[in-house]
Amino acid sequence: MNAPVKPSNLIKGATGDWEMVIGLEVHAQVTSNAKLFSGASTAFGGDPNSHVSLVDAAMPGMLPVINEECVRQAVRTGLGLNAQINLRSVFDRKNYFYPDLPQGYQISQYKSPIVGEGEVVVDLADGTSFVVGIERLHLEQDAGKSLHEQHADMSAIDLNRSGVALMEIVSKPDMRSSEQAKAYVTKLRTILRYLATCDGDMEKGSLRADVNVSVRRPGEPFGTRCEIKNVNSIRFIGQAIEHEARRQIEILEDGGSIDQQTRLFDPDKGETRAMRSKEEAHDYRYFPDPDLLPLEFSQSFVDALKTDLPELPDQKKARFIADLGLTPYDAAVLVNEHESANFYESVLAGLANARRDGKVAANWVINELFGRLNKEGLSIAASPVSAPQLAAIIDLIGEGTISGKIAKDLFEIVWTEGGDPRVLVEARGMKQVTDMGAIEKAVEDIVAANPDKVAQVRAKPQMIGWFVGQVMKASGGKVNPQAVNDLLKTKLGL
Amino acid sequence: MPYDRRLRGPNMSVDAATVRRIAHLARIAVDDTEVPHLQGELNAILAFVEQLQEVNVDGVEPMTSVTPMAMKMRPDLVNDGEIADKIVANAAVTHDHFFLVPKVVE
Repeated sequence: MNAPVKPSNLIKGATGDWEMVIGLEVHAQVTSNAKLFSGASTAFGGDPNSHVSLVDAAMPGMLPVINEECVRQAVRTGLGLNAQINLRSVFDRKNYFYPDLPQGYQISQYKSPIVGEGEVVVDLADGTSFVVGIERLHLEQDAGKSLHEQHADMSAIDLNRSGVALMEIVSKPDMRSSEQAKAYVTKLRTILRYLATCDGDMEKGSLRADVNVSVRRPGEPFGTRCEIKNVNSIRFIGQAIEHEARRQIEILEDGGSIDQQTRLFDPDKGETRAMRSKEEAHDYRYFPDPDLLPLEFSQSFVDALKTDLPELPDQKKARFIADLGLTPYDAAVLVNEHESANFYESVLAGLANARRDGKVAANWVINELFGRLNKEGLSIAASPVSAPQLAAIIDLIGEGTISGKIAKDLFEIVWTEGGDPRVLVEARGMKQVTDMGAIEKAVEDIVAANPDKVAQVRAKPQMIGWFVGQVMKASGGKVNPQAVNDLLKTKLGL
Repeated sequence: MPYDRRLRGPNMSVDAATVRRIAHLARIAVDDTEVPHLQGELNAILAFVEQLQEVNVDGVEPMTSVTPMAMKMRPDLVNDGEIADKIVANAAVTHDHFFLVPKVVE
């Protein structure tokens, strides 16, 4: 809680430095076919009130029955967050009135959540990492959706989301800058995607955050916080925090005090504003839901899920570094998005010698492929060059059939025309010249044609690069530059 | 952690303001003339409940079921829903299978 204050995280106010304190409640939609307590579909974008059962509409006499997969998903997520799994947890009713909440209460977990304390290691852009504590994770129902734009004086209610399972993941107030908060949500989303417990699609509302922000003088106790509700993009989370912290500092520096309130972020104006005052909104009158027994499972149930857990980003990154010699930066770039890691692993699987060429493959995936995809605005799924094709290109380099330079031409051909790289190399005569006699001849020709340069290189050996370039040019890039370099050294007596 | 501190403790009684507040939270229209009567009723209930406080329950787990049983779970199968007509059948106002309610905007 009181880690050393990083000067770079401080905000300069008119009266001195301030430090932000940020905690996040992330609502992540559980990936499941059916809802938390009913057999209705969780599919996105159905016709109004189509994916709704009588349970979700809270018709009288309906009783909730919990979906076992949602329980498993919550436990998996808890394990992925290195968290305490509670073998016994309790569902409570959180009471409030809103038209899109037909029950008049949300079934949630209050005193006894399914997952307790854990932690997430968060990587920052500068290569450093820090730890964010997890306070808890609990299961709860989503509400329906209110649409206010369709009618002048009526709101339209669609209950398709009503009853969909959410995991509320509550962090400890361990973040001290908007950068850290954004990095935390990014990492959390990555972990959820690896676990396949939430698709992390913020545009569809699968992941949204309530952001708690307060400010204090460095070293002092926490200040009064404000909660910014329902922020639905990582960029907005950053903007909301920046604006809110400055708003609070301004008030405090003017001698005022912060009222604990719930606020909304307006993305168009880039600012937060107080929600219309409903002081009773916080009086949720929680009590145990009498329709549901406590949720209990055995340690062996948890252990089985733990055994089947996929490799998580931190483990994958460590393996890439240890086994393949990737730099921490490259390893991080590859593991940050699950799709990127999967693509890279498919390339590795296609290589003849992954241990030898894994690092080269990482360079190709990151620089050539991702670079090109970015430039053309394509996703990995839409890549014109497949993982097996890229693996074949890297194999051809690794075994010395083509040079790295020719490989780039080959990549271009595969990108635009497609085809089997091995066949293309044969058909278009792109093979590297391995006939030492031919290379020697090319070297001799260049040396003979440039007596002045020969004199210069004897005085300045680093000029050998010019000769290598000339030979490469004369051969159309089809000779191995290292072989040329070695031959030149012998010929020129360097 | 008590669920609602105001309704607990040695001196469990509600005043008129609490009655109005509870009624508002429950969205029940309570006329001012009814408040004293309801206040008496609630306090009578609370007094009854208060007797239970005399029982020492230290170390006793709250009972959640008369017979020991585990919560039933359902498999993750879509086998319900797709009944929009039925869902909105009793609604006062609908449009395109949406419920329509008086405008609520935050």
